[in-house]
Amino acid sequence: MLLQLPRITPLFPEIFVLFMIAVVLLAGLFAKPRIAGRLTYLLTQTTLMGACILTFRFYDTETITTFNGMFIHDPLSQVSTLFVYVTTVFTLAYARQYIEERSIQQPEYYILTLFSVLGMMALISAGNFLSLYVSLELFSLPLYAMVALRRDLAAGSEAAMKYFITGAVASGMLLYGISMLFGTTNSLDLNVVASTTITLNPTMVIIYRFALVFIIAGVIFKLGAVPFHMWVPDVYQGAPTSVTLFISGAPKIAALALLFRLLTTALPSLHLQWTPILIAISITSMALGNLVAIVQTDLKRMLAYSSIAHMGYTLLGILTAGAVGYSAGLFYMISYSIMAVGAFGLLTLMSRAGVEVDKVGDLRGLNARNPWLALMMLFLMFSMAGLPPTVGFFAKLGVLQALIDAHLVWLAVLALIFAIIGAYYYIRVVKVMYFEEPDSQQLQPMQISGDMRFIISINGLGVLVLGLFPSALIDLCRSVF
Amino acid sequence: MNLSAQQLSFIVILAPLLGSLFTGFLGKALGTKASHRIAVTGLGIAFIAALFLCHAITFGNTPPRSFNIYTWALSGTFQFNIGFTLDSLSTIMAVLVTFISFLVHIYSIGYMAGDPGYQRFFSYISLFTFAMLLLVLSNNFLQLFIGWEGVGLVSYLLIGFWFKRDSANAGSFKAFIVNRIGDFGFLLGIALVLAYFGTLNYEQVFAEIPVLANATIRLFPGTDWSLITVICILLFIGAMGKSAQMPLHVWLPESMEGPTPISALIHAATMVTAGIFMICRMSPLYEHSPTALSVVLVVGATGALFTGLIGIVQYDIKRVVAYSTLSQLGYMVAGLGASAYSASLFHLATHACFKALLFLGAGSVIMGMHHDQDMRNMGGLRRYMPITYTTFLIGSLALAAIPPFAGYYSKDAIIEAIGLTQIPGATYAYICVLLGAFVTALYTFRAFFLVFHTQERMDEHTREHLHESPSVVWLPLVCLAVPSIVLGFLFIKPMLYTEPGLLGSSVITLPAYDVLSKMAEEYHGIAAATWQGLLGAPFWLSVFGIFCAWYAYQKAPETPAKLARRFSIFYRILVNKYGFDDFNQTVIVRSVRNLSSWFYFIVDTKCIDNYVVNGTGRMISFLSRLTRQAQTGYLYHYAFVMILGVLIFLCWLMI
Repeated sequence: MLLQLPRITPLFPEIFVLFMIAVVLLAGLFAKPRIAGRLTYLLTQTTLMGACILTFRFYDTETITTFNGMFIHDPLSQVSTLFVYVTTVFTLAYARQYIEERSIQQPEYYILTLFSVLGMMALISAGNFLSLYVSLELFSLPLYAMVALRRDLAAGSEAAMKYFITGAVASGMLLYGISMLFGTTNSLDLNVVASTTITLNPTMVIIYRFALVFIIAGVIFKLGAVPFHMWVPDVYQGAPTSVTLFISGAPKIAALALLFRLLTTALPSLHLQWTPILIAISITSMALGNLVAIVQTDLKRMLAYSSIAHMGYTLLGILTAGAVGYSAGLFYMISYSIMAVGAFGLLTLMSRAGVEVDKVGDLRGLNARNPWLALMMLFLMFSMAGLPPTVGFFAKLGVLQALIDAHLVWLAVLALIFAIIGAYYYIRVVKVMYFEEPDSQQLQPMQISGDMRFIISINGLGVLVLGLFPSALIDLCRSVF
Repeated sequence: MNLSAQQLSFIVILAPLLGSLFTGFLGKALGTKASHRIAVTGLGIAFIAALFLCHAITFGNTPPRSFNIYTWALSGTFQFNIGFTLDSLSTIMAVLVTFISFLVHIYSIGYMAGDPGYQRFFSYISLFTFAMLLLVLSNNFLQLFIGWEGVGLVSYLLIGFWFKRDSANAGSFKAFIVNRIGDFGFLLGIALVLAYFGTLNYEQVFAEIPVLANATIRLFPGTDWSLITVICILLFIGAMGKSAQMPLHVWLPESMEGPTPISALIHAATMVTAGIFMICRMSPLYEHSPTALSVVLVVGATGALFTGLIGIVQYDIKRVVAYSTLSQLGYMVAGLGASAYSASLFHLATHACFKALLFLGAGSVIMGMHHDQDMRNMGGLRRYMPITYTTFLIGSLALAAIPPFAGYYSKDAIIEAIGLTQIPGATYAYICVLLGAFVTALYTFRAFFLVFHTQERMDEHTREHLHESPSVVWLPLVCLAVPSIVLGFLFIKPMLYTEPGLLGSSVITLPAYDVLSKMAEEYHGIAAATWQGLLGAPFWLSVFGIFCAWYAYQKAPETPAKLARRFSIFYRILVNKYGFDDFNQTVIVRSVRNLSSWFYFIVDTKCIDNYVVNGTGRMISFLSRLTRQAQTGYLYHYAFVMILGVLIFLCWLMI
């Protein structure tokens, strides 16, 4: 038997990140405690940017499958990982000061983040159920730990517990579904599964459908859409804001890629079955997310429900089962993660030592205290509400367009109605910032360091610029499918 | 200077517009003096240009023409142009409008002196002149309508010029709303023209008339109406609003709340005659509809008599003149109904001069009386204001149709034409206009005697300050007194009895209705006509009216009160103006108000705001509170929901 080395060039970013994790780990261990935090931070950011450059450098428009089909290197994986890096870079930039001030162990924080990112990268590129499941666990486990990183806070521990247990249930469901597919198709390779299920052997169909439901349950849990959303508000609220910030960005992109892999790569033949399920999920997500967000007074919880609603909108693109819808869904997810990272990032920035900003009322009179931050928040909120000329408008426009092309006009109308309901609580935030007087203890102006101001400005203006010139990102998303 | 007719027409129309824009936008910066100079100069230029234009078209060899200047809008196959018609009708009107407007501009320098809205006033009246010229020079229905609405707007602005007075605001609203009712009919008429003729250009429409003369239109199931009749009556409804014909006349007396120069210019001489002008312009249409002509005749004649009667019981000097305007407009409209378009237009011209004269004279009196308009406080003013007295007398004689004053020739022609016409309602109309002659003389000279003769009834303070008005005020009076005397006998022959007349082909009369040519056969020169007039009934009725006025107010001042007691029912009917205002107030206004409050309180506030708008919000926040209950915080509930979800999806796919 001739040993043939698999092509490893597509794996360069993953190898690089893994190597750097070891470096960061060692640096954290052996550097002086005084500089360990700053050093690991810089190394982590270097890792992410290096991976970014590598992915960019080796960008390939062709699909390359390597390691016996374990690893798929295609535009979808590259675009998704790129945005995973970008959002993570922003996430860590926002988070640094927050974790410093709260004496969270910094090297551990960055290492966990990097491991999770590595898991996402592997997940996005997984071509085999085995690698898929393993990388899913790799990306999830650090998150559970990060939620509980502030061990002294009960809320964080409770949230981590809930996250872990429900996550384990979801993971088990996914594994169950995969095992059934393996049992009927005798293969773990996504492409083989796809070509086997396409024949739709009548005796097997029932099992395919059974497997489909469990697989969807597992993936939708990661996205956090109804009815697998229950963890979202508790975790978003209970976790340290910097962790919430992380959870709300990169993992969503990875989960969407997972959905693409499972539904469009492995089970495209069952789209008549998964389309109605996704319709049900997206309607209930939009409805529940937007309705319950209205009554929230906790800003993080409100944004958690908003994220549930946004997952519903993303699924609108996927459920059309067509390239236009897929690219619209991807575009929606990318723009959502930019907005979510910006919004939570802003909360992270405003929280100072001992003072958490997590209530809607905490933003009262922000315009008087820091007009620039208020303006950035205004852009982000308008973008989430889907008002032109922000990127959120084009994101909604894209999925609605896809729905109309797929003759699902009723669904588009429904989505619009929920968007109008949702606009209420986004605009309420703006109203609170601009038209209400600050509380007496918050009268002093809010100071933000220059580099933070720079990052939030990029983020806030980004949603505006991407809204004014959306074609580049739209074209990028189109080129994927 | 050698300007073509086209260039002249541009000057005529643009000079007032520029004057208006300058005084309107730069008035505060320019100050009062520069403002009125600009406005008066603009009008002067327009008047001279209009004179040249009229001379060239009406008396000279320049042929009438109609041309488009630019396309205003394209809609489907319809093309809407802005363009001019230059023929004798439009140019005569242009001269008349610019002449009166010019004099009113000069007069206003004196009358409006010291008013805080001085520049605004000049801007408005220049704008009015522009809109009126746009109307009369138009070559299509749309531009006619634009001008029509433009003059309506300025009229509204000027009636409410002293917007701090409640009565002025009420008057301006009333004028605007009543005119809207007329405009509604007018617009429907234009829409019908567009629908059936496919164009709004006069020439093209008139050329199509023979084709559509017998066309019918079904307004209600089972009834066929002649298309032309429907169009004509709808257009006439517009004219009824603008020219204040019964029952849409109620706004004109209220419009006297505006400054007196405005009453002279807009509400006596020009704007209110737009309806008369429009029907003259549409004569080819009206000639094809005897029904419409009959309606026009009856409505006009009714107004001529009955609004005149109200004038007898009014004490406000401006209101007397206002009711006389209503009555005279009734004469003109009745003349149109008798197809005597030239006679009506002739009366329009003479009336414009002597009515402007009377209004401006009344204004002069009001200035002298320190803005007291009640004739019961006047008397004996001839000693203090000799020029005003003389000119007012000339105006009154012209209005009462005493030869050889201008009003005699034009009004007599109308009465005679109505006597000759054969269309239905002619007899009734003839009686009305004959009695109207007596009424006209009565109320005119009643006012004349009450103001200038009889004993002085004003208080000491006013008497001390009584003096003749300044020259900018009495000069226009003199300028208007001249045409009030000579216009009649100078122009009666070319206007009415020459073939072709001054109006030439601008108006068209079918032979069947051509009463003027019948009258022309009996016309043997101006002297004979005047002499014949002295023997006719209208003249003696007028003289009798003057005698009654003299007797009742000069000779035996207790007579009116006695008569009022004796015939208290009639007196009260007249004082209540036949109850039109009360009817409008109680029936129309109240029911509309009730309907609006019903819509506001029940439909809008209760149903839409409460149930639809707030109800949606309430329902959503209710749902919101309801659904959040599901988030209990218990881990086993979370797991349960997940499993439930999987079960539901499984059942869905398996079954």
